[in-house]
Amino acid sequence: MSGAALSVAGARKAFGGLIAVNDVSFDIGQGELVGLIGPNGSGKTTMLNLISGALRPSAGRISLAGIDISGKPAHAIARLGVARTFQLVRVLPSMSAIDNVIAGAAFGHMRLWGSEARQMAEALLERVGLGGRAAAPTASMTYIDQKRLELARALAGEPRLLLLDEWLAGLNPSELRLGIDLVRDLRAEGRTIVMVEHVMDAIRSLCDRCIVMSSGAKIADGAVAEVLSRREVVSAYLGDDDA
Amino acid sequence: MSAVSAGEIRVGLAGAVVVALAACLPLVDQGFYLSISVNIVLYAALCTAWTLFSGPTHYVSLATAAFFGVGTYSVALWIDQLPFPALVAGGALAGAALAGVVGVATLRLSGVYFVIFTLGLAELVRQIVTWAQAKFTTRVGLYVFTDFTEKHIYWMLLALAVAVFLAGWLINRSRLGFAMRIIGNDETVARHVGIDTARAKILLFMVSGAFIAIAGAISAPRYGYIQPPSAFNPMISFLVVIMALLGGTSRLWGPLVGVVPFVIAMDLISARFPNHMPIVMGLAFLAIVYLLPHGVTGRLEQVWTRLRNRRALAVGAERTA
Repeated sequence: MSGAALSVAGARKAFGGLIAVNDVSFDIGQGELVGLIGPNGSGKTTMLNLISGALRPSAGRISLAGIDISGKPAHAIARLGVARTFQLVRVLPSMSAIDNVIAGAAFGHMRLWGSEARQMAEALLERVGLGGRAAAPTASMTYIDQKRLELARALAGEPRLLLLDEWLAGLNPSELRLGIDLVRDLRAEGRTIVMVEHVMDAIRSLCDRCIVMSSGAKIADGAVAEVLSRREVVSAYLGDDDA
Repeated sequence: MSAVSAGEIRVGLAGAVVVALAACLPLVDQGFYLSISVNIVLYAALCTAWTLFSGPTHYVSLATAAFFGVGTYSVALWIDQLPFPALVAGGALAGAALAGVVGVATLRLSGVYFVIFTLGLAELVRQIVTWAQAKFTTRVGLYVFTDFTEKHIYWMLLALAVAVFLAGWLINRSRLGFAMRIIGNDETVARHVGIDTARAKILLFMVSGAFIAIAGAISAPRYGYIQPPSAFNPMISFLVVIMALLGGTSRLWGPLVGVVPFVIAMDLISARFPNHMPIVMGLAFLAIVYLLPHGVTGRLEQVWTRLRNRRALAVGAERTA
């Protein structure tokens, strides 16, 4: 499919005898916000790592708007316009907030530098709710602020595909509402987003479509409400007896 | 990142004054003070060049002697055929090329493997040079006769030290310097924002290796007679690491703070206890690692932030009172 923003065909990742991602295929359309869900250890983050280039697929083909990216190094994939956040938030602790954001803009496909990068970074900090804190040290930021900062860094590269790895996890209820609103805004801008998430409320309220993984395989793909009520999805989460 | 700030201009002017004063030294003294100052500017250039790479990456390189020796030999081999500046340039290219090859082969290695490899590299190059000389020239050493005196070497090394500082400052302002700061913080993030981390590290290692080779090339006329054990002396590698760590590697001028007192102390000690140098060096190494893990500049910064915090607290207390 050449019209898809992201196309994954037969992706597989084995760590020795353990097959973390087993022959997974799906397409993500331009401007789609897709949830990637599944029980712990089902291979969601590994799938994301294959797309971002953190891991090299053992087999299969992953392409971004028709360009084959499978097996390319992470920096090459980032330069093609894939940005991500990390499950365990990763800010650059010795650098100021604004430098954290500029880091996302300076080396991607935009390659912004100097005052241009600074202006963009300031606008993004404002946008994620960190306005006026450009010079703030990042190591002492609260968890939600570090997550905001990480999102701003990912957005700074003007990504064609944004990968959010449990970006909403660990937030308290009011923070979660803010976080969901922020992601909804991104979607309204027409960005293509894949989000790995455990917070089902977020999946229900944000995504039009979700893909469910279990033990490394894709077990369902479709509209959220319909998929979540399928028997195999429920049993993957709760076990057969409760289904 | 773009415009030069007022603070940077002030530091630059102060630096220019210091360099101008230092450049006048040979007019005042041609003996002991000049000779110790040659060592100081030599190690200032070496340690700062070493820190260009090892500071942000935290890779401890013991290959200094290899680059230094390559520079020295570039001059010694062709001093009768080519003009000196061409040989210095050739030495820089050879140093950069060696660093490039080593970088491609080893920068994927991490931590202790890199340290051991670089230590072995200096020895390997030395053995190859020794073997090649014995095989093809039937001589062990090479004579380097020039019209340079101590003061010329001093001026050249001073110019080199200035060049290393300027290069370091420019790199820090550039994309490459920014990339290195990100890599130093979190290499995974660096890769995911689009930085080719291997390429950035190799580039910087090459710049560092080239400067060290130039220092070796300039030092060749000072030795007069070049042999592999003196050109590839592993002591150079260790001294550079010790002095840079003593000063601190998180600032460009950090190593300088270590070099000046250490060279002077080393001179005093080697004059009085010439046979005890290795013991003293070992003790110095232990003392630095245990007592000043971030160097003198790191400790000063700690003290400074503590004072500032205390002052801020005091001001806050006054306000509430």
